[in-house]
Amino acid sequence: MSDKIKITIDGKAIEAELGQTILEAADAAGIYIPRLCAHKDLLPIGSCRVCTVIVDGRPQASCVKPVMDGMVIENDTEELLQHRRNIIDMMFVEGNHFCMFCEKSGNCELQALAYRFGITAPQYPFQFPEKDVDASHPDILLDHNRCIMCARCVRASQELDGKNVFQSIGRGFDRKIGVNGEKALGDTDMDVNDKAADICPVGCIIKKRVGFETPYGERLYDKEPIGSDIEKGATA
Amino acid sequence: MTTRKITIEPVSRVEGHGKVTILLDEEGQVSQARLHIVEFRGFERFIQGRPYWEVPVLVQRLCGICPVSHHLAAAKAMDGIVGVDQLTPTAEKMRRLMHYGQTLQSHALHFFHLVSPDLLFGFDADVAIRNVIGVAQKFPDLAVQGVMMRKYGQEIIKATAGKKIHGTGAVPGGINKNLSIAERDGFLKDLDQMLEWSRAALKIAKDYTVEHLETLADFGSFDSNHLSLVREDGAMDLYHGNLRAITKDGDKIFDQVDYQSYYKYIAEEVRSWSYMKFPFISELGPEDGWYRVGPLARVNTCDFIDTPEAESARQEFMALTNGKPNNITMAYHWARMIELLHAVEKIKELLNDSDLQGSDLMVKGERRGESVGLLEAPRGTLFHHYKVDENDQVTMANLIVSTTSNNVPMNLAVEGVAKKYLSGMEITEGLLNHVEVAIRAYDPCLSCATHALGQMPLVVELHDSQGNIVDQRSRG
Repeated sequence: MSDKIKITIDGKAIEAELGQTILEAADAAGIYIPRLCAHKDLLPIGSCRVCTVIVDGRPQASCVKPVMDGMVIENDTEELLQHRRNIIDMMFVEGNHFCMFCEKSGNCELQALAYRFGITAPQYPFQFPEKDVDASHPDILLDHNRCIMCARCVRASQELDGKNVFQSIGRGFDRKIGVNGEKALGDTDMDVNDKAADICPVGCIIKKRVGFETPYGERLYDKEPIGSDIEKGATA
Repeated sequence: MTTRKITIEPVSRVEGHGKVTILLDEEGQVSQARLHIVEFRGFERFIQGRPYWEVPVLVQRLCGICPVSHHLAAAKAMDGIVGVDQLTPTAEKMRRLMHYGQTLQSHALHFFHLVSPDLLFGFDADVAIRNVIGVAQKFPDLAVQGVMMRKYGQEIIKATAGKKIHGTGAVPGGINKNLSIAERDGFLKDLDQMLEWSRAALKIAKDYTVEHLETLADFGSFDSNHLSLVREDGAMDLYHGNLRAITKDGDKIFDQVDYQSYYKYIAEEVRSWSYMKFPFISELGPEDGWYRVGPLARVNTCDFIDTPEAESARQEFMALTNGKPNNITMAYHWARMIELLHAVEKIKELLNDSDLQGSDLMVKGERRGESVGLLEAPRGTLFHHYKVDENDQVTMANLIVSTTSNNVPMNLAVEGVAKKYLSGMEITEGLLNHVEVAIRAYDPCLSCATHALGQMPLVVELHDSQGNIVDQRSRG
């Protein structure tokens, strides 16, 4: 395809292709824009807002905003870092995220972003919401305490597995991930080999009976911060 | 003159938060003295609903001093839940190495940092000197040894559990890593130094006990039952074994009891003035069935120790009481240092075992609904008992930690020392420290004992007969 255009991210001129989102163009150029709900195998929904960048002076979710020729984009700025910190911070206090005994620790994108952003403790008061644990499925645990409502599972089940296991239900603070089953996850057609079982960025949807089998030092984010793979693997 | 109540709050140089209250009558004689554990925790409740494989990592958060004990006791229970009665050699030996590493660091911490100020300066020495900084200034070599031994133990924990505190090494049915050759060689390099320092620490504890025997024999001492795990051949085994309980004279109350049925032999009583329960041997009842656990109990209950230097030290220890159980509270320190040496000897044995470099780490069997895990934590026998439903969620947890078992003994020691040293006296900090010295002998972990939230240190209060606080001393 010859629809090459030029955009600028943080003063660096890069080449992009028409039809790409800003996030995709940045990834290809080896520039990491932090994200949580976005995933390379899923259609973007612009929900978490962690990937917000400033495009020609206006904030935009980079996972859904298509590139246009001549765009001037700000990504790695102190102001955006602070906004992203605030979002991550709110996610921590709105759920019950106890990293110290969560088996996703070291492989968790929320935790890894907090480390990358230098968040050592939340600045907002913990909400300690009452959340339940759905252990009804023989091979998969659904722990709502750790859900950040990214809806990756909803999309993965529909787009990749050809199923419709998950849906967002409720409104506002009470919004949660529901399952399309009689009562609980065990009543759905979810299978442990589904893509949706592997796509959760946090410790909400986890495979049973394998927690903690990877030792410290060998977990995904033990050696390098989140985003390092993108920063090292520029393809354009 | 009216009766008074003294409160020591917080009790210092122990793990966790507690206080002592001492009631004095009109003549200033001690009428009652109690150790109250004022922390409240809810681990047994809030792990309900959590998946079973999370428990060894979650429940170790009870403690920052010997979390490995809880990590391993829970893992042992979860081995049962996943239907495993025998781990692979690599898994069992890695766990044992982790456990001996923690016994080393915990015993070293207690002896060098928490207790040595009392032994080196005297129970009523100036409080400004009678602390770990004072030890570092006057006995810098000892202070450094304490730090280095603790570090060595912590590094072993890191190599086996992944982190020095609150690691993840033990998983249901096994372990998640082996020991690399580089890690092994790093530990072998400093091993002889650890052995030498352990021998020296043992000598300090032994000499102190022998030299002060007359005083110590009557310092919060009393006859008691003793309980611990022992190996099938009667050897001391800190990681695994069967339950043995003996009387003050060494007669067996029960022996080689499979700990899966511990609840048929041990019961617990609740009293209104402490968050800590009072366990007792069921067949003897709450009045007579209380018992001691920990280093003193273990050295008393075992038939022998399977490492040469510690065994020779045990024989010397037992000779003092003509082979009968030693019931002197302050002899805990000597027994603890025998175990310190034993732990280092065991570490040496394990490091030279190539099974640690094996790659067969985990096994799984047929799921069970209920299981018990026990081991000998630095402070004594630790019980973890869980029920898990068909969805893999914990439905019941019962933990009996070492300090809980030592609840009655610590209270007796407090009362004994208070009556002997405080009755009719003008109360000074030095005198009150005598009470704390008796508590420290047990190396209690008050946080663990109440499974609690809260700050560290302990308190002593003086009340009159109407219960009004007349005097209070607190540190922390």
